[in-house]
Amino acid sequence: MTNRKTWLYFIPYGLWLALFVIAPVGLIIYQSFFDLGHHFTVANYGTYFQSATYLKMTLNSVWYAFLITLFTVLISYPTAYFLHQLKHRQFWLLLVILPTWINILLKAYAFIGIFSQAGLANQFLTFIGIGPQQILFTNASFIFVATYIQIPFMILPIFNALDDLNPAFINASKDLGASAWQTFHRVIFPLTLPGVKAGVQAVFIPSLSLFMLTRLIGGNKVITLGTAIEEHFLTTMNWGMGSTIGVVLIVAMIIVMTLTGDQKPKGGTPR
Amino acid sequence: MTQPIITLRNVTKRYGTHTILKNINLTLEPGKFYTLLGPSGCGKTTILRTIAGFTDATDGDVLFAGDRINDVPANKRNVNTVFQDYALFPHLTVAENVAFGLTLKKRPKPEIAERVAQALKLVQLADYGDREISALSGGQQQRIAIARAIVMEPQVLLLDEPLSALDAKLRRQMQYELRDLQQRLGITFLFVTHDQEEALAMSDEIFVMSQGEVLQSGSPVDIYDEPINHFVADFIGESNILPGKMIADFQVAFGGHQFECADAGIPVNEAVEIVIRPEDLTLTDPANAKLTVTIDTQLFRGDYYEIAATDSLGNDWLIHSVNPAEDGESVGITFRPQDLHVMRFGEKEAEFDARLETYETEDESHDEP
Repeated sequence: MTNRKTWLYFIPYGLWLALFVIAPVGLIIYQSFFDLGHHFTVANYGTYFQSATYLKMTLNSVWYAFLITLFTVLISYPTAYFLHQLKHRQFWLLLVILPTWINILLKAYAFIGIFSQAGLANQFLTFIGIGPQQILFTNASFIFVATYIQIPFMILPIFNALDDLNPAFINASKDLGASAWQTFHRVIFPLTLPGVKAGVQAVFIPSLSLFMLTRLIGGNKVITLGTAIEEHFLTTMNWGMGSTIGVVLIVAMIIVMTLTGDQKPKGGTPR
Repeated sequence: MTQPIITLRNVTKRYGTHTILKNINLTLEPGKFYTLLGPSGCGKTTILRTIAGFTDATDGDVLFAGDRINDVPANKRNVNTVFQDYALFPHLTVAENVAFGLTLKKRPKPEIAERVAQALKLVQLADYGDREISALSGGQQQRIAIARAIVMEPQVLLLDEPLSALDAKLRRQMQYELRDLQQRLGITFLFVTHDQEEALAMSDEIFVMSQGEVLQSGSPVDIYDEPINHFVADFIGESNILPGKMIADFQVAFGGHQFECADAGIPVNEAVEIVIRPEDLTLTDPANAKLTVTIDTQLFRGDYYEIAATDSLGNDWLIHSVNPAEDGESVGITFRPQDLHVMRFGEKEAEFDARLETYETEDESHDEP
């Protein structure tokens, strides 16, 4: 009786898992072993790992994803920490979350307007006497907008980690003679690190495959793995190669998840 | 009197319009075991936090060895706290937790290792240095929390209901260990609890608190034998509290009769309350009795019977007796004059002490039961 009920509850999740996780991943792996003429081959992987272009693209993706994640952490941690001190923190947090409800493309187009030759940013630069600059289609603007878009996904887990932190730990640290800074870097930061890790997972991996932003804001100067996949599937119609890059991305995700996962030392269960 | 280590002078704490502490005055001498005892919400933890520096007094002074420390931050005060939920850092091992304060002070590594080992030995967990905090039981965590505090060699150790999370047996054992530890270290302990049994067992001096005020302070025996008012009598131990009337010095009327008592200095005919502890009542045959009561129910408590009875005026009586009685039986109860304690309504501790001075030249009337 209970067993049958449990199975009933599993059905939606099982369907979801099969249709949207297992099947796509299986199809991508399957596709990656076929060339343009639908012949089974491992040549796609050979091409990938022997081509300077693909390797550079991979490196580029990782580098830019790293930069985006780094800037996101640097901005989000202090922000989350500050928000957490505020009286109506849930309200202020909501204001940070709000932009995530707006489609990423809309936000990208908004930045095209802001960063364009006659846009708000250049108007300001002209006003303070620097004169108009090329802002749009630079790597800096790409990182800027990507960071802007990712920040809420970093702030949220860090904020939650701070919220879960028992204030007695902070008192205990002070009680034992720690200054505010010592309390932060020896108690608060280590104990909220799981929040940072969750944020890194939520930001780094999607950043690896950003492609609309690279085109709309970065002007296709940076070709990331995401852009490459799109090109292969929609322009060159080389699904095999596109899938191969997809597999590489999946492996990269697994690596990042492992690196940022909870290491459980000596059988302890971290809070 | 030696120089007090901690003094609170007219300390008041308000949150908005809500007053948590009302004009608290207390003095802690070095090397004694003090307890703040009261129901939850009475402000006892707030006093602890004020001394530790986690919260500041709205008014009044906090003195440490004679110096005002109101404006000294918590990390610069020479007091350490054992927290109610221990607050052991989960990302550090047992040894790292205990060493935390010493590493902040940048003590040399061999010294830290030695002092940590010593502290762990003191709490009988010498081999637990490499363990994770989560791998410890509640009682072990409690001891590590104590080790982490005493390794700092504070002059005052503040303990915030540290035994409340332990089971009854462990709690009793820890009472002995805490008392023993305090005597060996010779430092001042300020212990916060709502458990009167704990307070009576461990303390040199108890401060009984209610609603932000210290109602009475004194040794456990003083407070138990001479509670100042209904609240203290009721909160500490079991008691029979009866309405009565003062007839003359050393004469009081209650339960329809007049009895000799050990209290004086109260105006004649003043309405008072009488406290008699259940263990001071002795069952006897009605002929020799001071009062006759009818047994309602009784419970076997192991080392005694707890007997509930009613007298002819309808007052409830609680009697502890080593011998059982019959339900519904009419029995006599008797007590000695010094077993009665007379409480005046609204009398403050200072007035009570002053009244005692007037007739209690020697302590002959207040011998131990």
